[in-house]
Amino acid sequence: MASEAHGAETGGLVFHPMDQFIVKPLFGGDVINWYTPTNVTLWLAIAIVCVVALMVVGTRRRAIVPSRSQSVGELAYGFVYKMVEDVAGKDAIKFFPYIMTLFMFIVFANFLGMVPMAFTTTSHFAVTVVLALLVFVTVTVVGFAKNGAAFLGLFWVKSAPLPLRPVLAIIEVISYFVRPVSHSIRLAGNVMAGHAVIKVFAGFAAIAVVSPLSVVAITAMYGLEVLVSFIQAYVFTILTCVYLKDALHPSH
Amino acid sequence: MATETHDAAGHAAEAASAPGMPQLDFSNWGNQIFWLLITLVVIYFVLSRIALPRIAAVLAERQGTITNDIAAAEELKAKALEAEDAYNQALADARVEAQRIVAEAKVEIQADLDVAIAKADAEIAAKAAESEKAIAEIRAGALESVVEVANDTAAELVAALGGTADEADVSAAIDARMKG
Repeated sequence: MASEAHGAETGGLVFHPMDQFIVKPLFGGDVINWYTPTNVTLWLAIAIVCVVALMVVGTRRRAIVPSRSQSVGELAYGFVYKMVEDVAGKDAIKFFPYIMTLFMFIVFANFLGMVPMAFTTTSHFAVTVVLALLVFVTVTVVGFAKNGAAFLGLFWVKSAPLPLRPVLAIIEVISYFVRPVSHSIRLAGNVMAGHAVIKVFAGFAAIAVVSPLSVVAITAMYGLEVLVSFIQAYVFTILTCVYLKDALHPSH
Repeated sequence: MATETHDAAGHAAEAASAPGMPQLDFSNWGNQIFWLLITLVVIYFVLSRIALPRIAAVLAERQGTITNDIAAAEELKAKALEAEDAYNQALADARVEAQRIVAEAKVEIQADLDVAIAKADAEIAAKAAESEKAIAEIRAGALESVVEVANDTAAELVAALGGTADEADVSAAIDARMKG
């Protein structure tokens, strides 16, 4: 921070890479109550609008030969459906709408975050932790509801030698409870880091000599971030499927 | 130094008071979680009630259409093959029929020809016989005339030479010469 401040004095450099993540009330004022519409609310609403536009408005004609938007919607449907079926198994299909919700929300939140001046909802731990905890709770509840105490067999590695099993059980339990943490921080961390790096490069653009390089670097980062936006949505969804598979078929 | 940065940015007090990461400002978590849950519920209901059944129906319908179309195409292909076979069969039949007709015509023409030739032969033979007869008659007539002329000539010659020709002698002499 000190060197940044120094730069600000000498070259007019101003770095505020994290300001883009500040939550602000939408209609002025300083107080944020639990119901206050903020920029988070705005971009969540835009995400809803985008999901509805693609999945409902885009498919309104129910054409046998699909229009462009309809085929994108069908592509998303087929992509997630196949993922659920392949990774979590056929009996996980009843969770398909739930997983589809997660995927569509994350993918649109990530890509809306790539719009300049946008607020990226998935860069906030508050959002990703809720998503991850929902998955964690769902998986745990489904696991016990479907398998009863046999779900605990997930932690008892039968293929390992007997003396090792208690140790492995401890590791398995820890890793099970770390899942929501890694699940949420992976998504928010990736998104946040990319946006912050772009902002830092943008700050360098204030120096005339460096600015062409800075613009190139921003462009490259932007491309990478577009990739990351999709990959992180994909990773979050496929991990959800993997966890769901554990709940449905706990035996190793 | 921190305050200088702050001044340079000319930013509101809240930015400075917030920790380095706005993400760790837990005061607005309740707000974010509230709106997030509303968002998720809305998306869930939109997808599960409207979008996903609709897309599933469209995909099933398309699959059905494709299956039907493929079956129809198979059927049409079979029909086309059948038609081609029928065409080839008809072509072969027609060829055989044509050959048969040609052979028949040939036989008929040959028969007509034979009859005509036989008739012509017979006519020619009749004409030839007739002609032969006429020639024989003419020849006989000519011989007779020759004898007559010879008799007359001989009688005249004899008369011219100053003798008197006995007709019987003359004709006997002519006959003897003619045989000669």
